[in-house]
Amino acid sequence: MIFGREFRPTLKRGGEMTLGEKIWHIRWTLVLLLAVIASVGFLMLYSAAGGRVDPWASKQMTRFAVGVALMIGVALVDIRVWLRHAYTLYGIAFLLLIAVDIFGHIGMGAQRWINLGFIQLQPSEIMKIALVLALARYFHGASLEDIGRPLFLVPPIALVFAPAALVMRQPDLGTAILLIASGGALFFLAGVRLWKFALVIVGSLAALPVGWHFLREYQKDRILIFLDPDEDPLGAGYHITQSKIALGSGGLFGKGFLQGSQSHLNYLPEKQTDFIFTMLSEEFGMVGGLVLLGLYVLLLVYAYAIAMSCRSHFGRLLALGIASIFFLYVFINIGMVMGLLPVVGVPLPLISYGGTAMLSLLFGFGLIMGVSVHRDLYFGRRGGVDD
Amino acid sequence: MAGETDRAKLLTRRAALLGGGKLALFGALVGRMYYLQVIEAEKYATLAEENRISLRLLPPPRGRILDRFGEAMAINQENYRVLVVPEQARDLEGTLDAVGQIIALSDHERTRILREAKRRRSFMPVTVRENLTWSDVARVELNAPDLPGVIIDVGQSRFYPKAEKVSHALGYVSVVSEQDLTGDPLLELPGFRIGKSGIERVHDLALRGKGGNSRLEVNAVGRVIRELAREEGQPGAELRLTLDLALQEFAYQRLGEQSGSVVVLDVHSGEVLVMASAPGYDPNAFAQGLNAEQWRELVTHPRTPLINKCIAGQYAPGSTFKMMVALAALESGLITPDFRVGCIGHVELGNARFHCWKKGGHGSVDMLRGLMLSCDVYFYELARRIGIDRIAEMSRRFGLGRPLAVDLPGEKGGLMPTREWKYATYGSGWAQGESLIAGIGQGYVLTTPMQLAVMTARLANGGVAVTPRITHSVATGPRTETRPTPSFPALAINKANLAVVRKGMRLVVNEPGGTAYGSRLANPQWIMAGKTGTAQVRRITQRERDTGVKKNEELPWKERDHALFVAYAPEDNPRYAIAVVIEHGGGGSAVAAPIARDVMMETLRRDPTGDSARERFAQTNERAGGRAGGSG
Repeated sequence: MIFGREFRPTLKRGGEMTLGEKIWHIRWTLVLLLAVIASVGFLMLYSAAGGRVDPWASKQMTRFAVGVALMIGVALVDIRVWLRHAYTLYGIAFLLLIAVDIFGHIGMGAQRWINLGFIQLQPSEIMKIALVLALARYFHGASLEDIGRPLFLVPPIALVFAPAALVMRQPDLGTAILLIASGGALFFLAGVRLWKFALVIVGSLAALPVGWHFLREYQKDRILIFLDPDEDPLGAGYHITQSKIALGSGGLFGKGFLQGSQSHLNYLPEKQTDFIFTMLSEEFGMVGGLVLLGLYVLLLVYAYAIAMSCRSHFGRLLALGIASIFFLYVFINIGMVMGLLPVVGVPLPLISYGGTAMLSLLFGFGLIMGVSVHRDLYFGRRGGVDD
Repeated sequence: MAGETDRAKLLTRRAALLGGGKLALFGALVGRMYYLQVIEAEKYATLAEENRISLRLLPPPRGRILDRFGEAMAINQENYRVLVVPEQARDLEGTLDAVGQIIALSDHERTRILREAKRRRSFMPVTVRENLTWSDVARVELNAPDLPGVIIDVGQSRFYPKAEKVSHALGYVSVVSEQDLTGDPLLELPGFRIGKSGIERVHDLALRGKGGNSRLEVNAVGRVIRELAREEGQPGAELRLTLDLALQEFAYQRLGEQSGSVVVLDVHSGEVLVMASAPGYDPNAFAQGLNAEQWRELVTHPRTPLINKCIAGQYAPGSTFKMMVALAALESGLITPDFRVGCIGHVELGNARFHCWKKGGHGSVDMLRGLMLSCDVYFYELARRIGIDRIAEMSRRFGLGRPLAVDLPGEKGGLMPTREWKYATYGSGWAQGESLIAGIGQGYVLTTPMQLAVMTARLANGGVAVTPRITHSVATGPRTETRPTPSFPALAINKANLAVVRKGMRLVVNEPGGTAYGSRLANPQWIMAGKTGTAQVRRITQRERDTGVKKNEELPWKERDHALFVAYAPEDNPRYAIAVVIEHGGGGSAVAAPIARDVMMETLRRDPTGDSARERFAQTNERAGGRAGGSG
């Protein structure tokens, strides 16, 4: 029903802001905080390369610069534009995922990328943001009574699980978990009753043996090894065992910058990407890890503050949704390298080497900042027409 | 509008809950950090160090073995080899396939490598192939990036320059087998060799030395980043033997195709100058590793190349035993040198007839002629009169019948029968005929060539109980420990009696008609005294005696007589004793004595004591010019 209706949000209060005003409203302290976190990343990439800027730190800096420009560009776009085109974006992202699935089968292997010639496009990254946009729009237009109706929840559940299933087929367990968990966060924020969550969780647990069947061999291995990494310390459990050794040997204050023996003697795998937190903790100890975690908490608090100061429901849901994705990245990655969670291949946001994740995260922060810039815009549940 | 406010309130509440949940989860991360980095920090720090630091054993170079003049008999050579560390190779079979593309590996080698890899700890390298050529080394090195866990290493391999000529005395080194493992970590090194035979085995611990340690920092694929500390080991001790390598080589070559042995002793010190056993084997082949076929050939060879015949070959001494019978008779007081026996070619005892080697007999002989002509009938009579126990007692005093405790493995003791022994072994009494047989060194009597040489040396040095020794000194680092020459006890033999026997031996070689007159020394300044022996290995039937005893050449090799000869020189001032035994060689005078003569000539020519000896030699022999100097 909601899809069929003409939907055109209009400005309820206050006039159109000029570009100058928008730029004035950008939270430059947020930019600074992001830059500080990214700089920690540059430092670690410099160390990972054995004390050299090349090949990782230099590229990462360029990407960050591009990303910040993108972020500001996104922040300046009126959030009503995002509201209006939320489903369109979702639809495009979904089609791209299907395309990847088809080409992936032709390519006889896991394929997550679409080569557009000038850029490697990763549809699952786009989908993370598109899903938050689509759900935010859906719940923006819902009253509490709507939320109470079970049938009303069917379309958004489909919005979450359809792309999650496609991503799982790629196979990319990490992103699938991320999509489901961030979708869940939005359901929770929208006010869905807790017993309904309980129902879904119990149902999922019951379906777990079936789901296990659909996992690839290496994914099963990863989960089994997570449960008992010492079973095969030189095989697939090697990564997590070495990661724990690196972390633990770092102790309270670490071995010192460029002094991490586990990292620099290559006992630690993927030290510039998924396991970069381990390297940081080996060289700077628990103190270094806590500082980074503190910066992340600061960033999240900032995002929460922006969300709560926004007048529109859409804006709040959008900012909180993006913040939740960000939180999930951090939690899954750090939990993974410390052996609390299975190794699912989720990077540490703003720190791990990698262009796509950096750009999509900064795009997300662009949206949060856009919410901040446009916080005083009020538009009604039905597009601001009737109230 | 009320709905809108409710919705906003609910969102605020839910956002607070969600934020609280996130903080709680972060709290869990912090808890985990605390657990890993504070509570378990020490354990993980140790594990990280174990990762980082690799202790590598530095194998010490094996000590060289030199002859009495310092000539090298066993040395070490550089040896390029390919090793693989199973732990680093991860897929060992795949890596071996890849290596096999470069240097062909046989199935046999593959199974050995896989077996060794299973046996050793996974970080210990396993030898893939040794003694690589330069081009193989280069090809493996070139492909190294594709061969994880494969290492090229310069090891040392044992080399014996004179190979089979000294093989039995030196022995050989070979790979460590499971039962050799004693806990010494050196033994677990890939390709480590230990002494398995001869001197290499007896002095293995001294020659091996002590391993050093190197603490290395290694990365995840095992590449060495730097050396953190190094503790040098102790190189193996350098051994000096009493052997004279050139003389040994001469003796071995003189044995030629024969299966036999030569022992040369210094009669005063007991030093072994020559210990030659033929045929020999190539100890270098053992060091490199024999294949099954080579091994089978060595073990089944009819002339037993693996056996050191000098100390492990036991033979009836034949007529070389007659000195013992004569001396026992004289010392018993029952017989004087003038005692005469009429030899008609045989003697009867009960129903049995005992033959002299000379058909028709020697006529009337006294002790000196009995020795010189080696008359069997004369010694039958002596043995009958004095009995076996007196003979055995005298033989024991001269070193027969018991191991001499030579510094080498595998020594045999020979056999010296007595009445008591006969009863204990066979449960029957001693028959007098057996004394007669023993009187000419046949029957139960067994001796080794080394025992015969010692017996001769004790005769030559005037009855001093010398024992043989082969190890001269052991040099560990700067400290040289010389094995002292023990002061040998005198045997308390009447000098006059000894002089009779020695005179008899002189006649054997230097009197026309003596059984070894043909083998007297060419240099008239030197006189050699000796005794021939021909040990029968088959029974000659009466029928054969009637039709004519078959000559050795007519018999299959295995049934021919053993040829023996013992001697000492110079006769007036004895210095060297020699024993030669040729298995199935035929007659002692025809086969063994000429070899003994040539070796003794060479021994005297090389004798480094006193210029006078050399000068005398130089006047009469143009080949003069032996090595100067040397040790005692």
